[in-house]
Amino acid sequence: MTGLFEILGLGASAELLSLEGWGGNLLRGLANSLQIAFGAFGLGLVIGLFGAYGKLYGGKVTRDLLAIYTTVIRAVPELVLILILYYVGSDIINKISEALGGGRVEINGVAAGIWVLGVVQGAYATEVLRGAIKAVPVGQIEAAKSYGMPTLMIMRRVTIPAMMSFAVPGLANLWLIATKDTALLAVVGFNELTLETRQAASSTRAYFTFFLAAGFLYLMVTLCSGAVFARVEKWARRGQPSLKGGTA
Amino acid sequence: MISVKELMQPHRIVMMLVFAALVVWCAVSLRWDWIPKYAPLALEGLWATVWILAVSTFLGFLLAVPLGLAQAVGPWYLSIPARTFCTVIRGTPLLLQIWLLYYGLGSLFPQFPWIRSSELWPYLRQAWPYAVLALTLSYAGYEGEVMRGAFSGVAKGQLEAAKSFGMPRFTMFRRIWLPQAIRNVLPTLGGETILQLKATPLVATITVVEIYAVSSRVRADTFIVYEPLLLLALVYMAIAGVIALAFRRFEAGTPQRR
Repeated sequence: MTGLFEILGLGASAELLSLEGWGGNLLRGLANSLQIAFGAFGLGLVIGLFGAYGKLYGGKVTRDLLAIYTTVIRAVPELVLILILYYVGSDIINKISEALGGGRVEINGVAAGIWVLGVVQGAYATEVLRGAIKAVPVGQIEAAKSYGMPTLMIMRRVTIPAMMSFAVPGLANLWLIATKDTALLAVVGFNELTLETRQAASSTRAYFTFFLAAGFLYLMVTLCSGAVFARVEKWARRGQPSLKGGTA
Repeated sequence: MISVKELMQPHRIVMMLVFAALVVWCAVSLRWDWIPKYAPLALEGLWATVWILAVSTFLGFLLAVPLGLAQAVGPWYLSIPARTFCTVIRGTPLLLQIWLLYYGLGSLFPQFPWIRSSELWPYLRQAWPYAVLALTLSYAGYEGEVMRGAFSGVAKGQLEAAKSFGMPRFTMFRRIWLPQAIRNVLPTLGGETILQLKATPLVATITVVEIYAVSSRVRADTFIVYEPLLLLALVYMAIAGVIALAFRRFEAGTPQRR
């Protein structure tokens, strides 16, 4: 293995990327990135589910407010939103802490990242889930209602399982956006993969080695999630006739 | 579009009044005294944003057409590289791509004396060529995928009809295939262009002075946090609105068969 690296002239790169050296930092950064992406995606799903229900079944005011939320979030760059939400979040927490008689609070980077990206993801998830819920045949929901099922049970037993196959492709896209948006947190100084990479690159001057390595890590995450989501979609579509024709 | 009658519902009037009150409160109680000092810089920044957006979408689209074509109908030695390019661009964060080009190429070029002595060197020392290159490649990667679907979505009969008229291949592409492909994906292209607008602030991280960088400068100079950011968000929303309107006009101008 080592001999092969030497032949290819990659000995120096392999040494730089070793786990005891900067390679370990990169992997720690990747772990942080994934943690934030998971949290943000989850928070986005929760916001999106409430948002979609609000947009479809809510009162006039709820619907208008949600329309403003999704439009504004989708028209303003993520970077600007991240800064605004970051400052607003830390201001609110500090105000509360001062009101309770405490001092200034150090904001946990991961929690702040999840809050910021989660609110952004929520807007997109609202639209994805709204479309998916609308694609569920109305008759199914009406049938459940006519059996006297309570709203939450309809949601759990009918709407969510039936909309899954429509929602999964959009949600897969959202997850990929979430993993790539974690890179933006580098600009506000969270130690996720991109920032770790830049620090490693600028202190060793081996820019190509580190940026290509980080790109490879991101690409692996993307490709693996693609495979996972393909399986999830297959699971969500179970029992449905295949679109390609023939018998499923 | 929302009509005036729809706007005149009671709850909407109340919401608009609340919004107006909010705007008045913002105008009165927040600090805006920094605007006159930074206005010229902000205009320059706005111009830079629009310019970078326009150039990178234009060049990116020119690149996306062959990328889409190669993926849709190309032989394997063209389609595999095109697909790999699109996967890599879409699978890695744009920020990483920008930094790879700027810091990577930027540290590589000075090592070659012939580049340093070439006429391009004064440009290569600046940041904006790398910004435009990165944004162009990114747009091309995303749009290559869109155009792949667009090219394979054009009805086969159309192309066969053109062929049976004896149209040369390039004329057929220019008159039949490309216009129909573009018409089919105009709404997608509009959305993608707004996404591209939202990607432009990333180039501020490599010292390009566009509108986002100006707002950061204001924040760093004056310690005013919210006002520049709010104004910045408004500016981006306005640009996004203009793009959406422009694409709606394009769409209205193309015949639709739905």
